[in-house]
Amino acid sequence: MHKPLRALLFPAAIVCSGALLLTSCQPSKPSVKIGINAELTGEMPAVGASCKQAAELFAEQVNKAGGIAVGTEKLPLQLSVVDNSCKADQAAAAAQRLISQNGVLVMVGPNASSCAIPAGEIAESLGCLMISPWSTNPKTTVDSTTGKTKKNVFRACFTDRFESPVLAAFATKNLHAKTAAVLYDVSSEAPTSQSTLFKEAFEKAGGKVVAMETYTTGDRDFAAQLTKIRETAPDIIYLPAPYNDTPLIAAQARQLGIKAPFLGSDAWSSPDIIKLDTGKSLEGSYFCNHYSTEAPNPKAKQFIADYTARFGNAPDDVAALTYDAMTLAADSVAKAGKLDRSAVRDAMASTRAFDGVTGQFVYPEGAREPAKSAVIMQIKNGGFHWVSTVNP
Amino acid sequence: MKYLIQQAINALQLGSIYALIALGYSMVYGVLSMINFAHGDVFMLGAFFCLLLIAIVPVPFWLALIVVMGATAILGTLIERFAYRPLRNAPRVSAIITALGCGLVIQNTTLGISPYARPMPRLIDNVTYEFGGLTFTTLQLIIIGVSVVLMVLLDFLIRKTSFGMAMRAISSDRAMVPLLGIPANRVIAITFALGAALGGAAGLLYGMAYPVVSAAMGISVGWKAFVAAVIGGIGNMRGAVLGAFLLGGGEVMTVAVLPSTYRDLISYSLLLLILVFKPHGLLGKPTLQKA
Repeated sequence: MHKPLRALLFPAAIVCSGALLLTSCQPSKPSVKIGINAELTGEMPAVGASCKQAAELFAEQVNKAGGIAVGTEKLPLQLSVVDNSCKADQAAAAAQRLISQNGVLVMVGPNASSCAIPAGEIAESLGCLMISPWSTNPKTTVDSTTGKTKKNVFRACFTDRFESPVLAAFATKNLHAKTAAVLYDVSSEAPTSQSTLFKEAFEKAGGKVVAMETYTTGDRDFAAQLTKIRETAPDIIYLPAPYNDTPLIAAQARQLGIKAPFLGSDAWSSPDIIKLDTGKSLEGSYFCNHYSTEAPNPKAKQFIADYTARFGNAPDDVAALTYDAMTLAADSVAKAGKLDRSAVRDAMASTRAFDGVTGQFVYPEGAREPAKSAVIMQIKNGGFHWVSTVNP
Repeated sequence: MKYLIQQAINALQLGSIYALIALGYSMVYGVLSMINFAHGDVFMLGAFFCLLLIAIVPVPFWLALIVVMGATAILGTLIERFAYRPLRNAPRVSAIITALGCGLVIQNTTLGISPYARPMPRLIDNVTYEFGGLTFTTLQLIIIGVSVVLMVLLDFLIRKTSFGMAMRAISSDRAMVPLLGIPANRVIAITFALGAALGGAAGLLYGMAYPVVSAAMGISVGWKAFVAAVIGGIGNMRGAVLGAFLLGGGEVMTVAVLPSTYRDLISYSLLLLILVFKPHGLLGKPTLQKA
C-alpha cells in the first residue's frame, strides 16, 4: 500500500471507532426487555417458530396499546430472540447471553425440556425469572444439586406428572386397552421421563406394559424394535416422540402390519405432524395437548383470530402457551412496579389465579407449575379433533 | 424362527443402504488415501435432489434414481476439483480438515435453505406382502434389489474393465501411474463421481424408506457407513459391503434378542473387537504407511 496512506490507516481507525462508541453511548430509553430462548433451528424448528411468532404478536399488541405500565409510566416491550438449536449446551449459552449480555428482565423459553433444564440452571444462578411455555419435564423446576424447587423457574403448562396419568387413564377407560407397548428415545430427557411415568400410571390403572423399547435421537430405522413390539401384540403403543419422528415410526409400524392405535404426548402437537405423515399411518391415533382450537374459551377465540390474521396459520399449543407465558411475564413486571429482577420474580410467585388462552391456571402456594386442564385430541381426516378435556 | 427371519429382512435393508454409502468412502480412500468426510452430506443431498426433482416434475422412480445419481456425481466431481485437488500434496491433516469443513458447509447451506424437516413424496406404490407370517414390502425389495445391482455393477467395473484397473493402479502406487500414460486426475475425478453417485442413490433410497428428509440426516448414517467401511478394510470395495452388512445386521440382531437400549453398545463393541484382532479390517491388507 502507498506509504503515506498506510500511515493514516491506524489513526483513521481510532477516529472511526471513537465516533461509533460516542454515538452508541446515548442514553437509551428504558424498556421492558423480555428474552425469548427458542428452538428456531435443529430438531423442532416448528416449535421455535410458533414460540417466536406468539411472542412477537404479544409484543406488537402490548406496544400498540402504549406498553406495559411500570410504576407511573408506560414502557415499551422489547423482545430479544436467541436461537438454541434445540441443543442443551446452546440453550445454556443462549440463556447466559440473554440474561448477562442483553440484560433481560424475564426469559420466556426454552420449550424443549432438554433445553429448558440447562437454561433453568443458568436462570437460577443468575437470579432471573424464567417461564417455560411448553416444558413438561418435572426436572426443569427442580435444582439438580439440592433437589429443592428452583426459585426463579416457572412454567405455563402442566407437567408429565399430570399428563402421563391422564393418558394412561384415557387408554384404560376410553380405549379399553389392557396391554401397552412403549417406544421412546432413551437419549432424550422428555420422552424417557414420560415413558417411565406412563408405565407407572398404566400399571397402576390395571394395565400391563408388554414391551419397553428404545432408540437414540437421530435414528431412522425402527424396524427391529417394531418387529419386537409386533410379537407382543399390544392393544396400544405409547409413542412420546417429537412431531417429526412420529410419522416415520408410525409408517414403519404400519408397514410391518401393526394395526394398534398410537398414543402420543404433547410433543405431537405441531400441525407439521400431519404434513409429514404422508402415508396416513397416524390416522385414528390420540395424543394429549394443552389446548384445542376446537373447544376454545373466548380469550382463545380472540387469540386464534389475531394469530391467524397476522401469520396466516392457526396457532398450535406452543404459540398459545407462549402467549400465556408472555402475559404472565408482562403482568409480573406490571405488578412489581419496577425494572428489578427479584421484584418481578416475587410478583410471579405471588400469582395464584390466571385466566389464559389455554384455560384457567391455578398456581398453588410455592408451586412453579399451574394446575390446569389437559385435552385429548385425535388425528382424524388430516386434522386434530378434540375428544375430551380432563380437569385437574 | 419366523421372528429371526423377519429381523434378517430388516437387517438386509439397513445393510444395503449402509453398503452403498460405505462404498463411496472406500473408493475415495482407495485412490486418494483420504477419508471424504463430506460423503455423508452428499448422501443427504441425494435425498434433497430427489425432493427438488419431484417438486418440479413428477417422474417415475427409475428416472428419479438416474437423475439424482447424475446430479450427485457432478457434485462429487466439483467437490473433488475445488476442495480436494488443491490439497492433493498437502499434509494428511489438512485434507481431513478440508473434508470436514466441506461437509459442514453443505450441511449448513442446506439447513439455511430448508431448516424444516420435509416429507418425501411417494415414488412407488408400497404394497405389503405377507408370506407365512413374514411381512415385507415392495420398498424393501426395491432397496435391496437396487443396492445389489449397483454393487455388482461396481464390482464388475473394478475387476473387469480397464478403468477399474486404472483405479486399482492408483490405489497401489499413485506416483507411478501418470508415468504409465494413465490420466490420474481424470481417473480420480471419475472415481469421486462414481462414489458420490452411489451415495446419492443411497440418499434417494433412504428417503423413500424413511420419508422425513432433513439437513442433519447425513451425519449419523454417514458415520455409521464410515465405521462399516473401516471394519471391512478401508479401500477395499468388497470389504465395505461386508462391513456394512455386518454393522446393519449387528444393530438389528442386537435389538432382536436384547433390550434395544444395548443396541449401539453391543454392536460397536463387537466391531471394536474385530478391529483388535484384524486392525486393517476384515478384508484389508497391511500396507506400509508413509508417515
